[in-house]
Amino acid sequence: MTTLTALCTLVAVGILLIILIYIALQGIGSLSFRFLVDSPRPVGEGGGIGNAISGTLVLLGLSAAIGLPFGIAVGIYLSEFGSGKFGSLVRFLTDTLTGIPSIVTGVFVYTIVVVPLKHFSALAGGIALALIMVPIVARTTEEMIKLVPHSLREGALALGAPQWRTTLGVVIPAAASGIATGAMLAIARISGETAPLLFTAFGSRFFSYYLDQPIASLTVQIYNYAISPYDEWHAQAWAATLVLMTMILSINIVVRFFTRKRF
Amino acid sequence: MRSEIYELRFEISDLKLRYGPLQSEIRNSQFEIPRMPAPTLTTRIAVAERPADTPAARTGAAAKISVRNLNFFYGKTQALHDVSLEIPERIVMAFIGPSGCGKSTLLRTLNRMNDVIPATRVEGEVIMDGRDIYEAGTDVVDLRRKVGMVFQKSNPFPKTIFDNVAYGLRINRLAKTKSELADRVEQALNDAALWSEVKDRLHTSALSLSGGQQQRLCIARALAVRPEVVLMDEPASALDPIATSKIEELIVDLKKRYTIVIVTHNMQQAARVSDTTAFFLLGKLIEVNSTEKMFTNPTEKLTEDYITGRFG
Repeated sequence: MTTLTALCTLVAVGILLIILIYIALQGIGSLSFRFLVDSPRPVGEGGGIGNAISGTLVLLGLSAAIGLPFGIAVGIYLSEFGSGKFGSLVRFLTDTLTGIPSIVTGVFVYTIVVVPLKHFSALAGGIALALIMVPIVARTTEEMIKLVPHSLREGALALGAPQWRTTLGVVIPAAASGIATGAMLAIARISGETAPLLFTAFGSRFFSYYLDQPIASLTVQIYNYAISPYDEWHAQAWAATLVLMTMILSINIVVRFFTRKRF
Repeated sequence: MRSEIYELRFEISDLKLRYGPLQSEIRNSQFEIPRMPAPTLTTRIAVAERPADTPAARTGAAAKISVRNLNFFYGKTQALHDVSLEIPERIVMAFIGPSGCGKSTLLRTLNRMNDVIPATRVEGEVIMDGRDIYEAGTDVVDLRRKVGMVFQKSNPFPKTIFDNVAYGLRINRLAKTKSELADRVEQALNDAALWSEVKDRLHTSALSLSGGQQQRLCIARALAVRPEVVLMDEPASALDPIATSKIEELIVDLKKRYTIVIVTHNMQQAARVSDTTAFFLLGKLIEVNSTEKMFTNPTEKLTEDYITGRFG
């Protein structure tokens, strides 16, 4: 039993390590400072992924601005008032929403945002990513708030605090670091999404900060370069992958750091 | 006086230890023999020597809270059966009884903390200062400001020591200026005998305090809003003897200004701190009497059996 589980663990961790090492080896060659800040150039002229990095950050910021408040609000609702039938319905729906393939989310946002505006846009990309975030953030927020001991609530209520003040002033601050962790993990999760961006943010070869215009992202740029026929672009795709992996890894490390501080 | 009661209690348990086996032997031998009279005899003498003017002995003191025919239900389970009880002002009343006897439930009806638990139902009246607190239109927030509560497990908020004590003052807007707030926090910490221990670290986390200090902080937090009644639900059950004795001294001291109702599993504690004791069993109030009488010569046989440790 021990041997079998240990073997499976080794295989799983081993594959992860192999992926990480392989990406690092493939990507490190094309990595340079210019590569990180330049915009793409035609084949043979070098160029970089600066626009994709900035675009990814814009998209993440946008989706966090939309998705976090909604997700946290739903989580608070579920934990504080979600004990009835409606609550379990919402819980079931958020769980279902978590399981929806992200490309479906992309197509959905294409239909309700991109088509009416007649434009691929950063906004549409942000909305698509936010839709993926909301259920994740909602459920982690709910779980974190439920971890707050009931005695804290009673302590506040016994001092004459109404329920809403108890929730806002005592319960949520007590769960804040947990909620922040959930939010960071959700951001890490969506920063690797490609499919929902294909039909929404679309991608761009230039630096752009207009929310109503298409915008570049690391994932879409990797996708486009990877399916191109040029070796140079393949190498750049590897390097961009390394950059993306590093970004996600550092978000996870930051989360680790914050959760460790709690105990 | 108190230590006398205390010694008596030991004497009783000692006697019980000595005669307990004998007693069961006698019971097993099928003969009808009257129950051990020795403990009652000793204690009766002790009671006769007691002066009659202790606060507990004072009868006719104005009732701060009158519970009338109270029934309480958790869903279909009835937790309190027709409880009627007068709680006099500026007195420490102890609720004793085995686990699940309804003493905590009754305590929590006094500031309507049971309202928070879904599917509960109350019948009967709890009259405080002439008004039924369960009547429609009662301001629960105001009620809970007047009836403070300290819980079994200390529950400081994950905030600074100062903010913990200031919490009730802030939400009830009881301090107009910053200096007034600071004064009242200091006073509350003083009342809870904690000021000298924390005055240099008011702005550090309350969670850095020891268990006993945390519980006194919770008492300070409850006192800060200047309640009229303080409910304590086994406030010392999770504390070591030294912290417990500090809390007990505090309770005796607080009696001068507050009406205190304390639930406790520890009968010595009830004997040490309270003036009046109420004994509950299976949701029914069995006996309420002055603590001296309760622990020396209870009226009800069930009380005597419980206090002398025959069950529970």
